[in-house]
Amino acid sequence: MKLLHKDIEKDNAGQVTLVPDEAEDMWHTYNLLQVGDSLRASTIRKVQTESSTGSVGSSRVRTTLTLCVETIDFDSQACQLRVKGTNIQENQYVKMGAYHTIELELNRKFTLAKKVWDSVVLDRIEQACDPAQKADVAAVVMQEGLANIVLVTPAMTLLRAKVEVTIPRKRKGSCAQHEKALERFYEAVMQGILRHINFDVVKCVLVGSPGFVKDQFISHLFKEAVRQDNKVLLENRPKFMLVHSSSGHKYSLKEILSDPAVTSRLSDTKAAGEVKALEDFYKMLQHEPDRAFYGLAHVEKASDALAIDILLISDQLFRHQEVATRSRYVRLVDSVRDNGGTVRIFSSLHVSGEQLNQLSGVAAILRFPIAGLSEAEEEDSDSD
Amino acid sequence: MTMTSAPKRAERTAHAHLPRQHGGHRVTRVGPEPRGETDPDRNPPGGRERPRTRTCPGTGTSAATTTTKTLRTMTCTDSQWTMTIASLQLRLHSSSTRGRRRRWSRWRRRSSRSRTRPPPLLSSATLTRWTRDVCTPVWTRCGPCSGTRLPDSVLTQAAVRCDFDPQRALDAVLSGEDAPPPHAQEQPLPQRQQRGRVRESSQAQLETEVLPKVARMTVSGKKQTMGFEVPSNEENGVPSPSVRRAPSPDVVSVTMTPETPSKLLGGADEAPPPATPRPAGSNKNQLNVREELEKRQGGKPLLNLVVIGHVDAGKSTLMGHLLYLLGNVNKRMMHKYEQEAKKAGKASFAFAWVLDETGEERDRGVTMDVGMTKFETNSKVVTLMDAPGHKDFIPNMITGAAQADVAVLVVDASRGEFEAGFEAGGQTREHGLLVRSLGVTQLAVAVNKMDQVNWQQERFQEIVSKLGHFLKQAGFKDSDVSYVPTSGLSGENLTTRSSVPELTSWYKAPCLLEQIDSFRPPQRSLEQPFRLCVSDVFKDQGSGFCVTGKIEAGFIQTGDRVLAMPPNETCTVKGITLHDEPLDWAASGDHVTLSVTGMDIIKINVGCIFCDPKEPIKVCSRFRARILLFNIELPVTQGFPVLLHYQTVSEPATIRKLVSVLHKSSGEVLKKKPKCLTKGQNAVVEIQTQRPVALELYKDYKELGRFMLRYVGSTIAAGVVTEIKDFFLSPAPRLSRS
Repeated sequence: MKLLHKDIEKDNAGQVTLVPDEAEDMWHTYNLLQVGDSLRASTIRKVQTESSTGSVGSSRVRTTLTLCVETIDFDSQACQLRVKGTNIQENQYVKMGAYHTIELELNRKFTLAKKVWDSVVLDRIEQACDPAQKADVAAVVMQEGLANIVLVTPAMTLLRAKVEVTIPRKRKGSCAQHEKALERFYEAVMQGILRHINFDVVKCVLVGSPGFVKDQFISHLFKEAVRQDNKVLLENRPKFMLVHSSSGHKYSLKEILSDPAVTSRLSDTKAAGEVKALEDFYKMLQHEPDRAFYGLAHVEKASDALAIDILLISDQLFRHQEVATRSRYVRLVDSVRDNGGTVRIFSSLHVSGEQLNQLSGVAAILRFPIAGLSEAEEEDSDSD
Repeated sequence: MTMTSAPKRAERTAHAHLPRQHGGHRVTRVGPEPRGETDPDRNPPGGRERPRTRTCPGTGTSAATTTTKTLRTMTCTDSQWTMTIASLQLRLHSSSTRGRRRRWSRWRRRSSRSRTRPPPLLSSATLTRWTRDVCTPVWTRCGPCSGTRLPDSVLTQAAVRCDFDPQRALDAVLSGEDAPPPHAQEQPLPQRQQRGRVRESSQAQLETEVLPKVARMTVSGKKQTMGFEVPSNEENGVPSPSVRRAPSPDVVSVTMTPETPSKLLGGADEAPPPATPRPAGSNKNQLNVREELEKRQGGKPLLNLVVIGHVDAGKSTLMGHLLYLLGNVNKRMMHKYEQEAKKAGKASFAFAWVLDETGEERDRGVTMDVGMTKFETNSKVVTLMDAPGHKDFIPNMITGAAQADVAVLVVDASRGEFEAGFEAGGQTREHGLLVRSLGVTQLAVAVNKMDQVNWQQERFQEIVSKLGHFLKQAGFKDSDVSYVPTSGLSGENLTTRSSVPELTSWYKAPCLLEQIDSFRPPQRSLEQPFRLCVSDVFKDQGSGFCVTGKIEAGFIQTGDRVLAMPPNETCTVKGITLHDEPLDWAASGDHVTLSVTGMDIIKINVGCIFCDPKEPIKVCSRFRARILLFNIELPVTQGFPVLLHYQTVSEPATIRKLVSVLHKSSGEVLKKKPKCLTKGQNAVVEIQTQRPVALELYKDYKELGRFMLRYVGSTIAAGVVTEIKDFFLSPAPRLSRS
């Protein structure tokens, strides 16, 4: 993402102009937008014209519109963002108050105006525009009969393909079916890799599985690559990296990303950092339960006591459309930062973020134990 | 329904049957108006249907009707009654179309014995007369309010017979009412009549038998056509449990009759088997499964045995050698394995190759998937499952262990190896806990590789004491665990008692085979509806495809239709194979291969459950369970991602709610809504699976109610299903934003 222009007043109202240049930027934009903001972008509008004779014709016109945002839709698979709203700046084609849906496009600038720019959104812009934070990693998590091909970017984990093949068990006296099905399975995974992984962008392909599936697969992959003379695979052979994981399901990606060999090679990507932070939280919960809190009410209490060392919070909470609720989270983040704590905003598209979402979306590791809070608060947390 | 209902009903009868005694015509009204349908008689003929409908007792306001109303609620809801009458009249009037009339007459023929056909076009007067003459007897016989027309004495008798239990008394009266009322009540319904009355699906028939008034109510219900879909809930006053789930005693007997021959019922029950619900092979139903099962295999009971233990403890070698000594592997094959193993530089693996057949397993010298074969002992036929010991293949091991009745735990006796397998991180403990949690209670411990420690008694005792302590903790009874010193490679003490002097000097107990032979065969649940967990799906010659799995409950015959869940597809069983021998039937506990047709192979994957289409297994994605946490590193919070291992399924799941922590032994609630669960705790949680899975409650099916939870390569908990939160038949795609 490129930041072209930023104009924010003292009272935090203002506007920014941004140019998204990759799919992930749509995700960032999705997190910036809120109902009630105004968005100006170039878009295509179908316009009906009536000639003097009364015949009606319609044509598609590219025009720039400014909308007051009403609905935001994000398609995480295609990385497309659609924003629906009413027109607030009349032009020759579109009347005031007419509805329109803008589908934001890559490499076209848009301007976003908000009444209040809070710290979380500003951070998000900064993060999105940071060119250093780019390490595209592909991962193939597999077990016998199941493979998930995913793309891991700093802010997103995108499931690109899921291969499921029923593999007959070995039976007494006949393993032919088993082996044939395995072959078919490897072939399907290989096709998935070729189709979904762009080796120009991806810097590393992690192959994780329990047992020997990964080794078997890699040897099959390159044997086939040699046989088919597939240049792409052969050239990118050094990018493949084998890691152990306990299963082929998507959540095992967490194990792969926390593998020391991977973290050293990926030089602490955001995804890996999140996994680590969540793990720390669980460790703390195990050893000193009074220093690990989760649930908004508890964490706020801890924050009031200036006890929060690390705050883990999911970005899903900031997409809350109610201003009061959202500002409650923003206040929490600000107060932790002001008091010297660290804030880690998890992407809800990552596996670790998904888990944090389940865990009420907010958790904290404290500097010192606060005992008894969990007992007293029990009634409160009952409500959710 | 309260206790008072029987006397009240009697009182009502006194009034109600009055009109009938007065002959068929215009009634001199004596008592309070018995029925709404006589009401319109007084209306001028002009106001036909609508007023009629309105003046039915449900809406009527006179004091008399109110009394009848309250009384009538005892047997059916008033509104249904009203509807019945109203719809009858409406339909009668408008039944100009032939279809309707046909339906109508069919209804009448079926539900009553009245011989008069309703006149095609009715004047008000004829309608009235018809109503009185025809409908009244109809209702008397078949309506839920039939009790109203039964003589007082009958009801009283019934009440007395049934110990004043109104529900039963009512059932007795109603089920007896087809026969001449006072005499035939104790007798079971003659079969023919039953069939004549209900020719619906057998399921429906089942319901008729169990809830007679429901079915009959429906016959005269507002739909008027056949069909039994009127919910029974309102009728009984209690939300009627689905007939199959919480069966009342008589439901059980009815369900069982077609499947189990009279011997199972103890011969005491002379109830004739009802019309057969099985579509095919019904004549074979007379097959006495339990007797046949005893006869089969020369009277040898079947035993499912799983071999477990740490990686490289020598499980496959031990079992391979055992099979060789028993003659299940011929010399030529063994020689071939030896040669090949030698060539590959792994001469010691030759026996393991008997069970490790895939190239990959042989190359790496590690069992990866459960190897399955059979052998016979003096008194049993044993289905042997050789589980992999490697940490990464525990999911495979679980599928094997879930199908086992008994287990052989193999431990390596050599110095350091036993300790490595036994300490944290070794599989000896995990496997032990797993098989216990999966319902295995009898265990033989083979202390293997004893030849490497010169058959020292001290070493043996040391291992026995260490293991004994742990196994006791895990929940095995001391009396159910036996220890045998063995050597898999040299074959000592496997099938015959050893002659090695170092061993015989201190070990006099039986050899491994004798120990296996002395396992008690498990109970087979033949009475429950059929369940089979698919552990393998493959194509074979011929049409259709094959599935392998263990029958967990019930039995199956060739030609039966079975339902696969969760795909919710039915198919037909073409053939059954047990240990490579074709059979006509197989029963609970058998590890069989079914060849099925009528279904697409891609719809079935490992973990599906085949069940009786009439008694399908529940499918759900969210359920409540009681879990016991093992020795875990991370505490379990809500939102914790786990892998659910249930029978042969392994499905990603999350723990959605921590409901409560329970006391370990008493089971009382210690804390509600805990923040997290730590090791060793007993808790109730709610689990959500990614895709729907087919589950049974632990209280219904012990074997099918157990599951394991794993996280990052270690088993964190064992649990039992206590409650199913949502259950649906077809998986609905869930859409979520972001």
